[in-house]
Amino acid sequence: MPLLEVRHMTHYFGGLRAVHDFNFSIEKGDIRGLIGPNGAGKSTIFNLITGIYRPTEGDVLLHGQSIVGLHPHQIAAKGLGRTFQNLRLWRHMTVLEHVKMARYSKLTYGLVGAFFDTRKRRREEAEAEEVARHLLDLLGVYNVAHELVTNLPYGMQRRVEMARALAIEPQILFLDEPTAGMNPEELAEMMDIIRQVHEQFGLAIFLIEHRMKFVMELCERIQTLVFGEVIAEGTPEEIQNNPKVIEAYLGEEVAF
Amino acid sequence: MTSKSTASISKTEIFRRTFRRLASPFKQVPALGWLIAGLVVALLELFFGEILANLMGLDKLPALFGSLIIFRKPSLEFPFIFNDLGVIGAVIIYDLLIYAIPFFLVAWLTKGLTNKLSWIIYKRSTWISVLFHIALLYIVLRIWTDISTYRELVTRLTMIAVIVTLSLNVINGYMGEFSTSHPGFMAVGAYVTSVFTIALFTNSNYFGDAKLPASWAPFLFPIALLLGGAVASVSALVVAIPSFRTRGDYLAIISLAFMFIVKSFFENLEVVGGPRGLGGQPDLASFPVIFVWMALGIWIINNFVRSTLGKALNAVRDDELAADAMTVNTRKTKMTAFLFGAFWAGLAGGLLAHVLRYINPGSFALQKLAEVLAMVYFGGLNSVLGSIVGAVSINLLGEALRPLELYKWIVIPVILILVMIYRPTGLIAFREFDMAEIVKPKDMRMMEGDDATS
Repeated sequence: MPLLEVRHMTHYFGGLRAVHDFNFSIEKGDIRGLIGPNGAGKSTIFNLITGIYRPTEGDVLLHGQSIVGLHPHQIAAKGLGRTFQNLRLWRHMTVLEHVKMARYSKLTYGLVGAFFDTRKRRREEAEAEEVARHLLDLLGVYNVAHELVTNLPYGMQRRVEMARALAIEPQILFLDEPTAGMNPEELAEMMDIIRQVHEQFGLAIFLIEHRMKFVMELCERIQTLVFGEVIAEGTPEEIQNNPKVIEAYLGEEVAF
Repeated sequence: MTSKSTASISKTEIFRRTFRRLASPFKQVPALGWLIAGLVVALLELFFGEILANLMGLDKLPALFGSLIIFRKPSLEFPFIFNDLGVIGAVIIYDLLIYAIPFFLVAWLTKGLTNKLSWIIYKRSTWISVLFHIALLYIVLRIWTDISTYRELVTRLTMIAVIVTLSLNVINGYMGEFSTSHPGFMAVGAYVTSVFTIALFTNSNYFGDAKLPASWAPFLFPIALLLGGAVASVSALVVAIPSFRTRGDYLAIISLAFMFIVKSFFENLEVVGGPRGLGGQPDLASFPVIFVWMALGIWIINNFVRSTLGKALNAVRDDELAADAMTVNTRKTKMTAFLFGAFWAGLAGGLLAHVLRYINPGSFALQKLAEVLAMVYFGGLNSVLGSIVGAVSINLLGEALRPLELYKWIVIPVILILVMIYRPTGLIAFREFDMAEIVKPKDMRMMEGDDATS
């Protein structure tokens, strides 16, 4: 049984068909890529799987169980961590608070603990902080733990977001354009980070990317999406040489 | 520094530097030092206040630092809104001799001693240290307020305002929803609590004879207050449930509607006097009772907003989608914020009803709303300390400007506008409030291990 399986997923925004008959499955330890031109529906697929939208048709199965219709926070708590294309960080919170917040579903002290500062709460908060600090260390943002995220350079903000996604203890990590807006140096660092967390946590990773070099180097299998439909699927080499993909990106080849 | 270089820096910078220079000798005064200085001042006024006031030719001792004496009803004659210069001079001298000079002098002179003392207590246990400071604060306030009944009333109302402001800050500041329903929650709490105590402990026209001996009242009063808070909390569902689907202006309008619904509801409820209001509450909200509730309120609210569960409010405010994707149960979080805020507002309403011992639906309307919003936004969003400062300053300002009558409502808004221009989120916004940090000795030489970095 695959870790996560998407079957015949179709989604309409009103009359617009954003995703059509999308099929996908991923195993523990896989790195999969999703590429495609702007507006192809890549982010929509992420949002459908993580519960922000509910697919019009089709099913999403985690360990063989359907997760369609659950709230995003429930799906996240089941181990689907994600980052966002346009960095959705909380601007009035510190780096440490960000990562601690992602431990929300692991806290059991409840409102009584929150109101009365019980021993259980102190213990659980301390545990959450330890996990958070460990992740900050791993991603090299430990020394800015008490900074507000808005004071950090862009590359660091990306790392904070990654640390936050890892704090929910994901089984699958969804990365929505993790290198958007990065310079080549930051890009290389991000690639190392992804490799590192992949090895260390044995994660399945599903990523959307625009930079071909990045995708080709990281992913074992790639799907190409155009206008909501998968037009090609295969290894990086296969995708690179697929005429349909070339056409989608560069336009039709004209005979001389 | 030459005059040339000072000219190049702005006026605010000069002001800031002067302030810093003046404040620097007091940097090392611990909280304990300020409290002891307060105690000395309060005792000084208790023993010598009357005499000094008589010497200065004032007919009685100035109740609120003489602000009521300085201002008078505005007129077109010089000095317009101020009293005669002689009287003002007398008040200023009184303030200097009784308050300012002894206060700062004692704080400065005792700082070695108070640092040592607060370190001794702090070393033993943070808890004992915090409780000790609160007890001392209570004693200072008690002595100070015992001198005049007016002063005591103002202090009691201010402490209630602190609870209300904090509870509104949970919703408007920490969760960032512009809720305008707070007077409604207060009204619900006030009426429920009043009906409870009036029906049980007094002979009234509405509810018949007393059912329980009046001596039980102080013990059952907390239950009445909790009940008032709980009912207010349930009524908050009316606002909390729409908040799942809407935000911003729309929620503000829904909550405003809620406030007017509550007002009309009580206006049409003959059982509790309709628009005439409900009076005759037993005198249960004494100074110590309100002080304890205020301390409890600050403690619980501060605990909540500092926990990860409470920080979830900030996450929902700053980016709800991201909060959801990071396992935060956003609905539960919003629900908690509204119900929790409404609970404390209801409880404060119950206390208020028993201070004034008369309530009517009209007093929980727009003017009340303007007042509580002003306190929250003046003091600072997302900040417990800000709420305390906001509630105290707006309340005292309101009392101080009372002689101006209607013109008070010109002066206060102007001050608010100025704050909004220069500090859009309020005086002390986005700051954590940590009692353990406050009660620490400030002179770092006192602390062993020497982790003195700040």
